[in-house]
Amino acid sequence: MNHINIASLEVGQVIGNTEFLLTRDSLVRYAGASGDFNQIHYRDDVAAAVGLPGVLAHGMLTMGAAVQVAVDWVGNSGAIVDYQVRFTKPVIVDPVNGAVLVVTGKVGEIDAENKIVRIDLEAVFEDTKVLGKAQARVQL
Amino acid sequence: MVNPNVQGKKYPATDPYLVGREKIREFAHAVKSTNAMNLDVFAAQAAGYTDVIAPPTFAVVIQERSLATVLADPEAEIDFSRVVHGDQRFIHARPIVAGDELVSELEVASVKSLGAHSMVTFETKIYDVSKELVCTVISTLVVRGDE
Repeated sequence: MNHINIASLEVGQVIGNTEFLLTRDSLVRYAGASGDFNQIHYRDDVAAAVGLPGVLAHGMLTMGAAVQVAVDWVGNSGAIVDYQVRFTKPVIVDPVNGAVLVVTGKVGEIDAENKIVRIDLEAVFEDTKVLGKAQARVQL
Repeated sequence: MVNPNVQGKKYPATDPYLVGREKIREFAHAVKSTNAMNLDVFAAQAAGYTDVIAPPTFAVVIQERSLATVLADPEAEIDFSRVVHGDQRFIHARPIVAGDELVSELEVASVKSLGAHSMVTFETKIYDVSKELVCTVISTLVVRGDE
């Protein structure tokens, strides 16, 4: 079903690293696709009124983009059997330049018997990790 | 503050949601997926699926329908303008496939206080028309209290 040989994997091994550019367009697109029309994700005045430093990316957009590193590695989004994150820091999206999210995936744990590999994802925006305990379990 | 008495409360199943192929593609583009399983029917079928499959976080769209019921429930006393997303988890029994008709059933798994804030955890189970479990979605929302 996929090309990965579980015996060749090592804990700590980097499986991928991707830069995602999140622009205001990305936020509008995600709002429409997901149905989450919370205005803090596209209106500067509303974000400011509730005390935010700017318009924020949907946490679920960050979560959805980050897992693509694991999906691209295994080649099939259906192999992601369990995926969790904690939202620890906001991603502030500049109206002109957007926000660059850098995601790195590493092998966190190998369950050879059940052929499940835990990929730990690190998502960084402006030198700060924005997700905690971001773990995707991949069925090989 | 969230009413602690709603801990354990179950909300009735939502009306069935029909998962469309173009909806999956739209969602896949939105989360920056380039995976052929989400976009290309032939590639998905070659891998053994009946149609394109949804990205791992798509179940949030189904869960959202149950969540809206809770946020509108006066008994729960959740002030949406004070809500911050704490954590999120998707446990898949199988991927969501275009053509699926899905319902979601939500239970308030726990309500905890953290100083002036409340933390409420929801467990939503998503089933297909044959009542088979497709995905369990666990979300924690933090509701900010008065400082």
